[in-house]
Order: sequence, then C-alpha cells, then structure tokens
Amino acid sequence: MANYPEDCLYTREHEWIRVEDDTGVIGITDYAQAALGDIVYVELPSVGDSFSQAEPFGNVESVKAVSELFMPVSGEVIAVNEDLTDSPELVNQDPYGDGWMIKITISDPDELETLMSASEYEEFVKEEEKGK
Amino acid sequence: MRYIPNSAEERAQMVREIGLSDVSDLFRPIPEKFRLREPLRLPPAQAESDVLALFRRLAAENASAGEMTLFLGAGAYHHFIPSLIDALISRAEFYTSYTPYQPEISQGTLQAIFEYQTLICQITGMDVASAALYDGSTALAEAVLMAERLTDRRHVILAATVHPEYRQVVQTYTKTLGFDLTLADYDRETGCLDPTSVRPTPDTAAVVVQSPNFFGGIEDVETLAERAHDVGALLIVVVTEPISLGLLRPPGSCGADIVVGEGQSFGVPLSFGGPYLGLLATREKFVRQMPGRIVGQAFDHQGRRGFVLTLATREQFIRREKATSNICTSQELCALMAAIYLCTLGPQGLREVAFQNLQKAAYLSRRIARLPGFSLRFRHSFFNEFVVRTNRPVNQVLRRLQQEKILGGLALGQFYPELGDCFLVCVTETIPREELDRYVAVLEQETSSS
Repeated sequence: MANYPEDCLYTREHEWIRVEDDTGVIGITDYAQAALGDIVYVELPSVGDSFSQAEPFGNVESVKAVSELFMPVSGEVIAVNEDLTDSPELVNQDPYGDGWMIKITISDPDELETLMSASEYEEFVKEEEKGK
Repeated sequence: MRYIPNSAEERAQMVREIGLSDVSDLFRPIPEKFRLREPLRLPPAQAESDVLALFRRLAAENASAGEMTLFLGAGAYHHFIPSLIDALISRAEFYTSYTPYQPEISQGTLQAIFEYQTLICQITGMDVASAALYDGSTALAEAVLMAERLTDRRHVILAATVHPEYRQVVQTYTKTLGFDLTLADYDRETGCLDPTSVRPTPDTAAVVVQSPNFFGGIEDVETLAERAHDVGALLIVVVTEPISLGLLRPPGSCGADIVVGEGQSFGVPLSFGGPYLGLLATREKFVRQMPGRIVGQAFDHQGRRGFVLTLATREQFIRREKATSNICTSQELCALMAAIYLCTLGPQGLREVAFQNLQKAAYLSRRIARLPGFSLRFRHSFFNEFVVRTNRPVNQVLRRLQQEKILGGLALGQFYPELGDCFLVCVTETIPREELDRYVAVLEQETSSS
C-alpha cells in the first residue's frame, strides 16, 4: 500500500514537493518508486539551474527504463541530494526522506494551487491503476 | 525467426481482425504524394541458375584481394583471417541471432559480446566498451556527441590528420546541432600535429586526434590529452588500424577519455567496404552517456553467473528522441569475429602480427626512399603506413603498378591538395618479401623508362 504524506503536494507525474516558506524540497512518490522498480541511477541538475513548472530537471534510471523528472513548480535549485550519486537506492528505501532529490526557491507561489493534496493524489493513483 | 508464408485470404482475415478494410489503411499517416501507387518496376523473375550466373559475371568484374597485391590501407586493412573465425561465426546460433533482449534465451550471444567488450577494454586501456557500433567513422561522430553531452560545450577541435572521411561523417552528424568544428593543421615536416599549436579553450568539448594518423604517423597523444584536460575538454583518440595496439601504448594510458576506431583489422574481411565494426571505449564515469549498449555480468538469486543487456534503458527503443544515440546498428557478428580473432592470436600473437606490419613497412619505405625520384614525405615514426613523394605524376605511378597486379597505394591529392605529389602506402603481414621487392622493381622500371 503506497503512502501519501499529508505535508506534501503532488503532481500528475508523481513528484512531491514539501513547501517551507518560499523554498520547496522535491522528490518522487512512493507509488512512483514502486512502479519504477530498483533505481540504479539518478541524474540531477546543478545548484543555480532554473526551471519552469513542468520542465524536466533530471531523470531517474531503473533497471527497466529511464524516466524524466518534472518540476512541480518553477524555481531555482539551491541544493541537490549528493547522496543519490552513490546510493540511488535511497529513492526506493525512503522516497519522502533520504531519497529527496532537489531543493528549490519557489519563484511563483501561485503555481502551488495547481498541485494535488495527499488525498487528491491518492484518488488520482487509484484512477491510474484502474486504467491499467 | 521462422519464415511463415500467408495466403491472400489469411491477410484479409488479419486486416478484418484489426478493424480495417484494406492493408493500405495502415499507411494512411504517410502523405499521399510519398506513397507508391504502382508496383515496383522490376525485371521479370528469373530461374535461380540464371541469377547465379548473372552474379558470377558481375563478381568477375571485380578484382579480389586474392588476385592483387594490396598496398592500400587508409582505414581498411588486408590482414590474414584465421579459418577458425568463419567456421565459428557460421553457426546459426550466432549468425541468425537477433538483439539479445531476453537473457534467458541469449546467454551465448551475450557472453560473446561480454568477452568482446573485455578484449576491447584490454587493448585500449579503458574501463568500458560499447557492444559495437556501425563502423569507425560513425563511432567517432557518436563520441563527439557524447563529449557534448558530458561537457555541455559544442566546440570541437579535429586534427587534420584524422581520416578525412571520418571528419566528413562528424560534419554530417553535427551539421544541424550548432557545433563549431575547428581543424588543427599538421606540421608540414613531421606529418603530425604540433601539440603546442592545438589550443582548446574553456568552450571546447573535445580534441580529436588519430594515432597512428592518416599518414601512418604516431601522434603525441599524451601532450594533447594534457592540453585538453587543462581547459576541461575531453580527448578523443581515433584508431583506424587497431593492429597497431599490439605494439603501441594503449590510448587509455596516454590520457584518452574516449577511444573510438574501426575494428575491421580484427578478422573482418574487406568486403568492399563493409559491414565493419565501430569500436568505442571510455572511462567508467562516462558510461551513462555512452551510445548504444553494453552487456553486463550479473548473478541470479542462486548466485549463478549470467549476462544481460545493460544501459539499454538509454537506447532509442525506450528513450526515443532522448536516447544517447539513434544508431540502431550493433555489429554483433563483426564483434564476434573480432573477439575470436583476438582470442586466437592472444597478446603474444597480436604483438607478432603488429611487429611484422612494422618491419615490412619499414623495409619497403627504406627501399623506396633510395629510388631516384621517390622520397618519404614526412619525418615521423610510423606503424604500417607511410607517405611517398614522387616527381612523376602519381596516377601514372599507381597505374603502372596496377598493370603488374599491384594496388600500390592511395593518391593523397584528393584529400590534401598540398600533397598532390604524394601517395599513401600500407604494408601488412600478408605481403611476402618477394612482393615488396617486386613493388620496388616496378618503380625502378618506371623511373628508368623516362
């Protein structure tokens, strides 16, 4: 049973963002890591890079496929999880904690309105599953 | 794959099954003006015996390497091929195999590729090797694109001593991608790059050098690597004659970041220019930007060793336009030939073949240089190719040799206008000493007949 922390907002591409003031920490959801399978590599941007909402900021490689990572909201990267270089499996083990990917300054807080809450995302995942 | 013919009725049934009325419905996305509306204009069918006779007639118009003595190199080399190779690759399991996506039924093919990669890593001195690309020139173009992905820069310095056709292929690949290609000229005396004249900048993705170079000369790879690395650029080393690696220091130990080349010398026949074998090897830290795929070694849950396609996740059938490469030709049968060749010779055998090439080329070059009207164009150490300068028309000299069933070399004027009075001569282990002497005798006649 996938888990959906209440303190995050979610995208339709299965990223989460945990907002603190004007910054946000971003990763992929428990559902996403389970669907991908064993993660072997995470390619992340550099500190200082800026991205718009929905723009790909990196990719995550599992034994099955390489998938893009999309920005939940626009912003500038202020930190990158260096631990994932040597231990990409952290994304599988602790997607909402040690498996975080980047930290950004949020440039347009209004964009947060377009994201889903935990319960909305749970509903969304159920619909996705039905479609399979 | 089995050949299963199907009748018109069965085809109609299949079309109905997928809800179409006619096969042509499948092609509807293709604009009308590009679609073939009439049958192909082909001559009438012929009996198999007539077709075979026709091909025999056509084949007789060519001269094979067996009927001429070959002094042609320049990227395609006439080396001895052990009979073992043909016998082994003719096993249907190898030469009818398809991409080994399913490891459970492809262990033999996968293990062969794994061994090929291991051998290529050993002779180039690199960490990882790709499971074979289309040929040497496209492998170079792929390496240039790889350097751009790794450095996020688009300026590339190409040595003028890199095979001219390889440089053309790089131009074709990069034409629409906003690359800035600069040519680094060679020293007119040495026929090699003067490393101090190669000036990479902080915008340079890679410096590309070939060694032995197109003129046969050994380049100062180490100094070029330092110059590239000083500004964060990569050094790409091209090897069109990998037999040279039996004697030369591997590019990996001279600071190369990516080694590419043509593997045809390793047991692959000349075949009028193809199919050949693109080599690409690099450092482990660059592996995720490497085009194509590698075969990896893994262990199942019982601890048994097995082989499996690795990094295929970045190939085009999964990543589409975001793939590391859109070449889908993995020359696995040619890679297998190369693996068998290298295993047959072993390190000692490869050294021996390389040494014979070196000695025979040195012998012929010395004999030619003593002839009036002929000289060696460059002062440099060379492997099995060298450039001859003549005071007579080059084409006349080569025609004269051809009359004696000797393909004497490659006129260089077509590639290097300043070398209009020169031709490139290659000597491999296949040419006996009598033939080297005969070559010199024909040139002697040529000089005395004027």
